[in-house]
Amino acid sequence: MKIGVFICYCGENIGRTVDCAKVAEVCATLSGVVHSEAYKYMCSDPGQNLIKQAIKEKNLDAVVVGSCSPHMHEKTFRKAVSSAGINPFMVEIANLREHCSWIHDDIPSATHKAIDLIRIAVEKVKFNEPLTTIRVPVTKRALVIGGGISGIQSALDIANAGFEVVLVEKEPSIGGHMSQLSETFPTLDCSQCILTPRMVEVYQHPKIKLYSFSEIENVQGFVGNFKVTIKKKARYIKDEVCTGCGLCVQKCPIKKNALNEFEEGLATRPAVYVPFPQAVPNIPVIDSTICTYFKTGKCQMCKKVCGRDAIDFEQKDQLITVDVGAIIAATGYKLYTIDKKPDNSIYKGYGEYGYGKYKNVVNGLQFERIASASGPTSGEILRPSDHKEPKKIVFIQCVGSRDESKGFSYCSKICCMYTAKHAMLYKHKVHDGEAYVFYMDIRSGGKMYEEFVRRAIEEDGVKYIRGRVSKIYEENGKLIVKGEDTIAGMKVEIDADMVVLATAMIAQQEAPRLSQLLGIPYDKHGYMQEVHPKLRPVETASAGVFLAGACHSPRDIPESVAMASAAAAKSLVLFGSDVLEREPVVAKVNETNCAGCFYCQKVCAYNAIETKEVRDKMGNLIKTIAYVNSGLCQGCGTCNAVCPSKSVELIGFKDDQLFAEINALSDFYYQ
Amino acid sequence: MEFGYYPGCSLSGTAKEFDKSLKAVLKVLDVNLLEIQNWSCCGASSAHVTNHLLSVALPVRNIIEAKKQGLNEIVAPCAACYNRLVSAQHEMKLDEKLRTKIEDLVEEKYQGSAEVYNLIQLFQKTGLEEIKSKKKADLSDIKVACYYGCLLVRPHSLANFDDAEDPVSMEEIVTATGAKPLDWNFKTECCGAAHSIAHKDIVLKLSKNILDDAIRNGADVIVTACPMCHSNLDMRQWSIVRSDKDFKSIPVLYLSQLIGLALGLNKKELGIDLHFISVDPVLAKVKEEAVA
Repeated sequence: MKIGVFICYCGENIGRTVDCAKVAEVCATLSGVVHSEAYKYMCSDPGQNLIKQAIKEKNLDAVVVGSCSPHMHEKTFRKAVSSAGINPFMVEIANLREHCSWIHDDIPSATHKAIDLIRIAVEKVKFNEPLTTIRVPVTKRALVIGGGISGIQSALDIANAGFEVVLVEKEPSIGGHMSQLSETFPTLDCSQCILTPRMVEVYQHPKIKLYSFSEIENVQGFVGNFKVTIKKKARYIKDEVCTGCGLCVQKCPIKKNALNEFEEGLATRPAVYVPFPQAVPNIPVIDSTICTYFKTGKCQMCKKVCGRDAIDFEQKDQLITVDVGAIIAATGYKLYTIDKKPDNSIYKGYGEYGYGKYKNVVNGLQFERIASASGPTSGEILRPSDHKEPKKIVFIQCVGSRDESKGFSYCSKICCMYTAKHAMLYKHKVHDGEAYVFYMDIRSGGKMYEEFVRRAIEEDGVKYIRGRVSKIYEENGKLIVKGEDTIAGMKVEIDADMVVLATAMIAQQEAPRLSQLLGIPYDKHGYMQEVHPKLRPVETASAGVFLAGACHSPRDIPESVAMASAAAAKSLVLFGSDVLEREPVVAKVNETNCAGCFYCQKVCAYNAIETKEVRDKMGNLIKTIAYVNSGLCQGCGTCNAVCPSKSVELIGFKDDQLFAEINALSDFYYQ
Repeated sequence: MEFGYYPGCSLSGTAKEFDKSLKAVLKVLDVNLLEIQNWSCCGASSAHVTNHLLSVALPVRNIIEAKKQGLNEIVAPCAACYNRLVSAQHEMKLDEKLRTKIEDLVEEKYQGSAEVYNLIQLFQKTGLEEIKSKKKADLSDIKVACYYGCLLVRPHSLANFDDAEDPVSMEEIVTATGAKPLDWNFKTECCGAAHSIAHKDIVLKLSKNILDDAIRNGADVIVTACPMCHSNLDMRQWSIVRSDKDFKSIPVLYLSQLIGLALGLNKKELGIDLHFISVDPVLAKVKEEAVA
C-alpha cells in the first residue's frame, strides 16, 4: 500500500509547538509511506490540491493527514481524496492540534508526540477498507415540541414550505409565556396582539396537526425516521365536538378552588376552564383534581348544560404514534420559584425577599399580568394585597441570575430589558408614582435596547440604583427594602408599597427527561446543548434533532423567533432530499461465528440489534443470530466489546485496525 | 455520644452561663464533652483583621491539639470560634503553601481537619427526638425570636447546613422544645459584634433595631447561640433604656438555656440568674408538662 502523509501547520496553531517540517521528514521514512510533506493550511484549496496532486503523481492508495480534530475537517479531506479517485474512507486524521499542540508547550516532546500520532494513523490506515455511505429514506414530516412563540414559528415556517408538522403542547393552549406578557420591549407592542394571529394561523393551517394538552412519551429511531409516541392527556371533553361556547365554564359551581395558572396565581379559575379567552384551541379542560364529579361522583353540571354532549368523564389518556423525519425541541423556560423550599433543586431559595410571604412581593410574570389589559386588574397597576395603587414600587434585577450563592452562574439576559419595561409601564400608568430599580449591571445589548433603557431613566424618571438588596420585610404595612447603593457607597432603605422581583429563567423541569428521550446532552441547569456554540447553534448531538428558543438558554422573543426559523430551515434541509447519507461506521455481525447469545442486544443503547434466522437450502432453521439495523446503530462499539465470540465488529474501527494502532504506539521507533 | 469540646475564651469567662447550661443540658441528653487539653485562643474578633497568618495559626493549633487527643469531632459553641475553626481548616485544605508556613509556625504537623460543630449542628447531631422525649416542662406559651447573628450560618459555602440569608434550623430546635418560634425580620442582622468595645454607639443602634423588631413581632424572649450577640443584646439594653424611655426590655437566652428549661432544669443549673435583663417573665410562662 502506498501511503501519503500530509502535515498541517494550521497557521501557528500546530506550527508553534510542533516542528512540522521535522515531523514530515521523519514520517517520510515510515514503512508504506511514499510521500510526506508539510503545508501551512492543509484545509485550504492549495493544501487540498497538494493532496490531490500527490495522489495522482505517486499513485497513493491511502492518506494520513496530521491536522486539527477530525470533527473539523475530516469531511474536507475525504472529499479531497475522493475527487482524486481514492475511496473517501481511506483517509485517517491524526489530531495534532487539540490532542497535541494546544495542550503542550515543550517543542521537542510535542514534536515527538506528533510523530507518534502520525505513526499510529499510518498503521491503522493500512487496514482501512473502501466503504460506501449508508443511504436511508426520509420521512418529510416534522415534530415540534412546545407551542410557545418558538414552536409556533418553527411549525409555521416548515408548514408554509409545504411539509407536514406535528405540534405538541403540554398545556391546554398554545401561546406559551408570550401570551402572558403585557407589552413587549423595546417597542411596547401589545404581546397578545402580535401573537394571537399566529396562534390562529397554526390552528387553521392544513399542514399542521396540533396536539394540545399532550406530552412526548417516547422517541425511537434516527434522523429521517423517528417514531414518536405522544400522550394525549384526558381533557374530559371531546375536542372533535366541542364548539368552545364556554357554557360549561360559566356554569361550573366550583368557582374559586384553583389558582389560575395563566394569571400566575393572581386569580382563581373553575374546575372546567379555558386558560385565557384567546386560547388555541378554544376547548376547555376539566381539572380532575378539584372537579366535584371526580371527587364525589355527583354534580355533572357541565354535562347537563353542554348542548353538544361534549363532556366525557370516562375519557382516558391516549397514546398516538407518529413518524417524523426531524424533531424541534422548543420547550421554553419557567421562572425560578423563590419561596422557601425549592423542590430538590440545585438552586437555593430567596426567603430574605419574602416572596410567598408578603402578597405585594411579586415576580416578573405576575407583574406582566398586573400590567396586562386582559389581566386580573384589567391593566390597572394595583397591588395584590388590597388592590390599591402602589405609589412607590421597587424592581429588583438578578434575583437568582448571576448569584452563585443561590446556585446560578448565568445571566438570564431578558430581565434588564423587561424590568426597564415594567418600570416604564408603571410610570405611564401611575404618574405620581416613584419607581426604583436595583441592578448589578444593565445589559441592554440589542437593537434599540440601550435606547429603551435610557428612555426609562431619562424620560420616565425611573431611579436606577446600582447595588443589591439584602432583605425585604414588612413594617407598618410597608415593604422595607434594605439595600446598598454601591456608587454612592451608602446603605439605602426604601419603604415601598410593592416589590417586583426579576427572578431567573430556568429550564423546564421535564427538560432533562425529554433530552434523554431525544438523546441530546443538557447542562447542569437542564438547558439543552447545541452541538457547536458558534457554528451549529441549533443542531444537537442527535442528527435530525434541533433546538429553538429558551430550552437552549435564556433568550428573548426576537432571538427565540430567529432560532426557531433557523431550526425550521435545518429541518427543511433534511426534507430537501429523498434519502440521507450516513457514515458507514456501524457494527456488523459475522454470521458464521455468531452463536446467538444476544449479549449485544442487552447492552445496545439504541435498540439497533435485531434477530435474524439462518436457514439451510431446505428452509430448515439452523440458528437465530444477531443482526444490526444500520439505520439505528450509532457506531458506539459496545456490542463489539462484549461479544464473547468476537463476532461483532465496528466498521472503520475493526479489531485489526485498533491493534495495529496499539502496536504502533508500543514500537520503539524514535528517540 | 461523645464530642471534643472547645470552650474558647467567652465560655470560660463572660459567657459562663452558656458553658454551664450547655453542660447541664448535655448531661441530661447523655452526651459527654471532652475538653481539649491545653487549648488556646482562636484569634476571633481581632486576629483575622490584623494578621492573616495568626488568624489561621491559632485555630489550627487547637485542631492539632484536639487530633492529638483523638478528638475528631469538636463542639465549638461560640459562633465566632466556630467560624474561625471552620474557616482556618478550609484555608489549610486549599492552600498548600500556607499549610507549610503554618506548620512551621506552630512547630507541628497538620493532621487534616476535624469535624467542627456549632450549637445548632450539635443538637441536630444529638437529635431533636431526644429533646422531645426527655421534655419535662411545657414551654408552649413562650414566643421565641430565634436570632442567628452574622456568623452562625455564614459563610454559606462553609456553614452550608442552612440557608445563610433565611435560616430555619434554630426554629426547628425551638419547636422541639415546645416553645413557639416567631416569624420576624432580623434573624441574621448584625448586632455590631466587637464594636461593642470601641464604638458603643454603633452597637446600641444596631442592637436596638434587632430588639425592636423582636418586640414588635410579639416575642417573649430572644434566643441566640453566640456569646457576642448575647452580650450585646442583653447587656446593652440598660444603655438603650437610658436614651429611650419608652423602650421595654426583652430577655435574651442562650439556645442551651431554653432547651434546659424544656428538660426541667432550674434557673440556677442553667445560669439564668446571671443575665442583665431579668428572665423571670419568661420563667413565669413555663408550665409543668401535663402528664399524658
